[in-house]
Amino acid sequence: MEPIAPLVAISGGLLIGIAAALLLLLAGRIAGVSGMLATASTIGAGGAPRSQAVAFVAGLPLGATLIAFLVRKPDLIVTSSVPLLIIAGLLVGFGTRLGNGCTSGHGVCGIARLSHRSIAATATFMASAALVVFIQRHVVGG
Amino acid sequence: MRKLLPGLTAGIIFGAGLVLSDMVNPARVQAFLDVAGAWDPTLAFVMGAALLPSAIAYLVRGRIARPVFAARFFIPENRKLDSPLLIGAAMFGIGWGLVGFCPGPAIAGLVLGAWQPWLFVVAMLAGMVLHRLFTSNQASARKG
Repeated sequence: MEPIAPLVAISGGLLIGIAAALLLLLAGRIAGVSGMLATASTIGAGGAPRSQAVAFVAGLPLGATLIAFLVRKPDLIVTSSVPLLIIAGLLVGFGTRLGNGCTSGHGVCGIARLSHRSIAATATFMASAALVVFIQRHVVGG
Repeated sequence: MRKLLPGLTAGIIFGAGLVLSDMVNPARVQAFLDVAGAWDPTLAFVMGAALLPSAIAYLVRGRIARPVFAARFFIPENRKLDSPLLIGAAMFGIGWGLVGFCPGPAIAGLVLGAWQPWLFVVAMLAGMVLHRLFTSNQASARKG
């Protein structure tokens, strides 16, 4: 896997932050992907207006396509098996609803507004994710 | 339009940022999480950089009466550090670490030629449905 130049990573991060800033200042909403997906799919109640959530969720692959054509087509490396993808998807879906957010809502938006809940949630999911990768790669798979 | 435009614009810019920074690549994300292996710092740069415009927006928010296209700001007011928050975050982290997908990159990754994001997103939606069934069961158990 080729390393990503720090400046490119920072530019990508700035775009993500600008997206969150726009949604807040234009629509007054938190740019949390799990919450937006729940609202867009009508699985979750409340949150942003449905049309806005659908537009946001649909915008993600549109923006992805734009960069894939204009800048670089990313090479997705996925090593996980089908059962693992299903188990992980279930955990992420259930966990983000129970914990009210994911990397975007808690990580990017919550930490930026110094929400104690989001800081605690981010520390928790970073730690549990790192622990899982450690076990996967250095205990079980090592 | 007042609802669609901010949503679509933010979604497109967000998706663009995820691909530019390669956060759509599960191997890149797992390499960040693998602190004892060949550590890849990309995610730290991305998150650090994302916090800057986001934090500025929250500072601006304190100085303007309302958002441009909405009647008011909708910011969570819950301050409680409760067990659903921490258990949910831990579950999310386990799933995230297992495969390297979180919701944004998985959805943005749907159109990048791999089939795995599709399976992951379907399973993630199923997980959200399970949570909804679980909470409505709890609510009816409390009533009964």
